[in-house]
Amino acid sequence: MAPLWRERRFWRIASQVLAVCIVVIVVMVLWGNLNRNLLTLGIKLGFDFLGSQASFDIGETSIQYKASDPYSRALLVGLVNSLQIVVAGLILTTIVGISAGVARLSDNWLVRHLALIYVETFRNTPLLLQLFFWYFVIFIARQEQEVTKLFGAIYLTNRGAIFPWFKVTSATSVWLVFITAGAIAVVLLWRWRPGHRVLVAISTGIAMVLFLWLVTKRGPFALDVPKVFNHSQIKGGILLSPEFSALLMGLTFYTGAFIAEIVRGGIQSVPKGQWEAAKSLGLKPGLMLRLVIFPQALRVIIPPLTSQYLNLAKNSSLAIAIGYPDFYFVASTTFNQTGRAVEVMLLIMLTYLTVSLAISLVMNLLNRTVQLK
Amino acid sequence: MRKWCFLLATLPLLFSLVACSGQSGQTTSTGGTSTGQQGKSRFDIIKSRGKLMCGVSGELPGFSFLGKDGKYSGLDVDVCRAIAAALFDNPDAVEYRKLNAKERFTALQTGEVDVLSRNTSWTMSRDTSVGMEFAPVVFYDGQGIMVRQNSGIKSLSDLKDKAICTQTGTTNEQNLTDQMRQRNITYKPVVFEDINAAYATYTQGRCQAITSDRSQLLSRRSNLPQPNDHIILNDVLSKEPLAPAVAAGDSKWLNVVKWSVYALINAEDLGITRQKFAELANSNNPEIKRFLGTEGNLGQGIGLSNDFAARIIKHVGNYGEIYDRNLGSNTPLNLPRAKNNLWTKGGLLYSPPFR
Ligand SMILES: N[C@@H](CCC(=O)N[C@@H](CS)C(=O)NCC(=O)O)C(=O)O
Repeated sequence: MAPLWRERRFWRIASQVLAVCIVVIVVMVLWGNLNRNLLTLGIKLGFDFLGSQASFDIGETSIQYKASDPYSRALLVGLVNSLQIVVAGLILTTIVGISAGVARLSDNWLVRHLALIYVETFRNTPLLLQLFFWYFVIFIARQEQEVTKLFGAIYLTNRGAIFPWFKVTSATSVWLVFITAGAIAVVLLWRWRPGHRVLVAISTGIAMVLFLWLVTKRGPFALDVPKVFNHSQIKGGILLSPEFSALLMGLTFYTGAFIAEIVRGGIQSVPKGQWEAAKSLGLKPGLMLRLVIFPQALRVIIPPLTSQYLNLAKNSSLAIAIGYPDFYFVASTTFNQTGRAVEVMLLIMLTYLTVSLAISLVMNLLNRTVQLK
Repeated sequence: MRKWCFLLATLPLLFSLVACSGQSGQTTSTGGTSTGQQGKSRFDIIKSRGKLMCGVSGELPGFSFLGKDGKYSGLDVDVCRAIAAALFDNPDAVEYRKLNAKERFTALQTGEVDVLSRNTSWTMSRDTSVGMEFAPVVFYDGQGIMVRQNSGIKSLSDLKDKAICTQTGTTNEQNLTDQMRQRNITYKPVVFEDINAAYATYTQGRCQAITSDRSQLLSRRSNLPQPNDHIILNDVLSKEPLAPAVAAGDSKWLNVVKWSVYALINAEDLGITRQKFAELANSNNPEIKRFLGTEGNLGQGIGLSNDFAARIIKHVGNYGEIYDRNLGSNTPLNLPRAKNNLWTKGGLLYSPPFR
């Protein structure tokens, strides 16, 4: 039998044990340090404060909230606000990023260079600066009563940007019930009838929509177009506050610039032979990208794309600079009023960690489906 | 068989490592309870450091503002200078830290600053559960609201559905909430961490009003492009007693700060000014003698030299002088003394006797 230290397996186990020990020691030292410092400061840890009254107002609330609600509720409001920004931001930045990335490879000189300028300016200036730019120069740069009209239906005022939006009608619930039922029926049919699936599904769909239209005499939603009256008052539509809009635009275009580069790199990583093969099959440029190039590029794109998504989620905490009440903002106010620095920092860390892990999880699943098996 | 041999051989190693980590955990915890640090007052740390670390705002002309000459000035700054004068006989032995409303308490708790002299309102929860303690009030204030003159807003009720800017981490944010809730007025708070962002947003017209302590509104108004286009409503939303603060549980250090502030007030009460200081030094009024330390040993009681009050007056003057210099009629703020006058003149300033 060889001596112990000559055995691979011994070292493998030993190094693991050592790693665990180091982690344990570090955690213990830090924990001891924290406890000792808190002891000298006379601070006790605990999360009871979450139940006491917040007594501050929040400018934007998507769920019910009043100042007499507890801190936990206020934090929830902040979390919902954060998630709104993150979800909207992820969708928009993907669109912007892919468009700019493809445009970077365009045959058109102007398009290619515009995309280049976009990417280089947005990638090379600090996000905070860009947020201030969007907020102070774009979204609140008007006189109090001034209204800017965009594309005939969008209005910009200092109270925010007003977009056309959907309005619930008396028939909405009926529509929803039938459409859900219809969707279930389609899935069942799909399983059951092997032939003519598509035809059956489409014709059932059309029949159902016609039927509902005849019965309820209105659509599932009505379009609510904003209208100006009295020069500066605006009725209808959905109002996005300047704080929300500036943060959304800032995050979208900043992250979009990075995504554009990732997309460009991904597309360029597909070997030239693939392009030539696709061309020789007689595919049109659009189809070629969609059927041949993108599926291969996606394998290279998704891992770095995930990091950009994570960056967007974390960068959303800059909201505090331009007055958007996101989770970080509400948490800092909570910390400030209660003096619970350690607890609140823990909450912030856990929350952003959870959000990031959720994004990673989804992206990893996506990654698995596009990789070669 | 071989496999088990390995496991057995690695086990002792594992144990020894766990044991060592357990031990190190123990030493850290015993180290924690036996620290000599715990009994040491901030006072001794400052003395050996040779200068005072003072937390100020730095954004409010008249209270604390970084001038063109690179020097801080203002009422809050003079309080720091007074404490430094008492400690070191040198009002310039101060290092200032610019702190925003949100950062200030952490900076005090963690010892980054020795004293917070930054228009901080004394409230019960701050005094009891945020880990700090207050010295006497140096400015009696109340919260106000500033609007554009041409907006037609005259009182709180005109603010229905209007956007109001304010700064996070202040009592102002909470007072506004209370007042509006009580009156059932809906409004949109737009809250910033940075005071300059808040004022920029107000001047750009995003907010129809901005709320803060009245003195601060006046102070910031003096810095706006057209100060006269803005008015401050008559409504006073709250009591804002602005006072210096120190970290809780250090009565030795609190005493130094407390009696330095009282010295400013008492000096005005006794009529001792920077100019008259020299002649009064030979006064035979026992009260003045005790105060200036030519008689008795009051200073020793707080670990300072007996002439600590004399040093303060010599270097920075009494409260009235500080007030006139920073906020009085010769300054852009031109604030009447009002409540910030001596108790003998209808104000609230009152120092316990130096005896
Ligand atoms: N007295 C109030 C307000 C103090 C305060 O921080 N006021 C703000 C203006 S609303 C300020 O002075 N900001 C200056 C800065 O952040 O540097 C308190 O103690 O909460």
